[in-house]
Amino acid sequence: MQIEVNGKSETLEPMSVAEYLAHADLVGKRIAVEHNGEIVPKSQFEHVELRDGDRLEIVHAIGGG
Amino acid sequence: MSDQFTVGSHTFQSRLLVGTGKYQDLEETGRAISESGADVVTMAVRRTNLGQNPNEPNLLDVISPDTYVLLPNTAGCHTADDAVRTCRLARELLDGHTLVKLEVISNSRTLYPDVVETLAAAKTLVAEGFEVMVYTSDDPLIAQQLEAIGCVAVMPLGAPIGSGLGLQNPYNIREILETVSVPVIVDAGVGTASDATVAMELGCDGVLMNTAIAEAKDPIKMARAMRLAIESGRLAFEAGRMPRKRYADASSPETGLIE
Repeated sequence: MQIEVNGKSETLEPMSVAEYLAHADLVGKRIAVEHNGEIVPKSQFEHVELRDGDRLEIVHAIGGG
Repeated sequence: MSDQFTVGSHTFQSRLLVGTGKYQDLEETGRAISESGADVVTMAVRRTNLGQNPNEPNLLDVISPDTYVLLPNTAGCHTADDAVRTCRLARELLDGHTLVKLEVISNSRTLYPDVVETLAAAKTLVAEGFEVMVYTSDDPLIAQQLEAIGCVAVMPLGAPIGSGLGLQNPYNIREILETVSVPVIVDAGVGTASDATVAMELGCDGVLMNTAIAEAKDPIKMARAMRLAIESGRLAFEAGRMPRKRYADASSPETGLIE
């Protein structure tokens, strides 16, 4: 399947958000995830399955004014 | 200082609010913020770099949510929708923290707030339970509308973001102070310590700044200067300045002079 993560296209095997975060080396990082425009609470990472055409936004805190 | 101020459900000791952008590195950020004495520290929300340097230090490791009240901003958002999405992500990122700095920007030349989008975003965010501190223009009517919507603080600019021009609009700021009852915090425009003092002497509840500290030659020293400037300005406001006079008025008695 093909999904878009932070604006970039990725080809992946079907997996959950939790599995994607492990794949991207983001487990335990201070991040927040939006899936097709909806927030995914941390408690739901394992339960949300990614499907072809899905969009993920993964964000973190950086310096700003 | 025992002088506290309250924004929504939060009470702060310091009336200086600081940003975390434009520093050389996180170490300098941490030292400057500490020296400023600020309780409230703004941050931005951005896409995580995927597959790049996974051990990169995180802002939240230096500016701990246990020590500071983090104020996530919506800087860079040009629409109400993007600002609302950013706030929802920030709330998730900070484990349910609802205090946010709403800013919806018009264009990169002025970074002037788009008040139409700002008003729309504020309505949605307040309805969703966010405590909204809102960056806005110095238009007193818009400030009143933002208060009516339920924003917990209005934050008019003193001059464009990052310009360091100092308060260009003291009459508008004063009018906002006289017509809204939520805290008024000057956000943007301060260039040096005296600018911050001017804002506080007008009666502003606080000043939010980033570039004035981060782009000083010595940011750590400027952070301390700003801390003192805010305290001085507040004290002067509370003390009440003497009236301005057109002509001199001798300080020493004019009687009893030797002849």
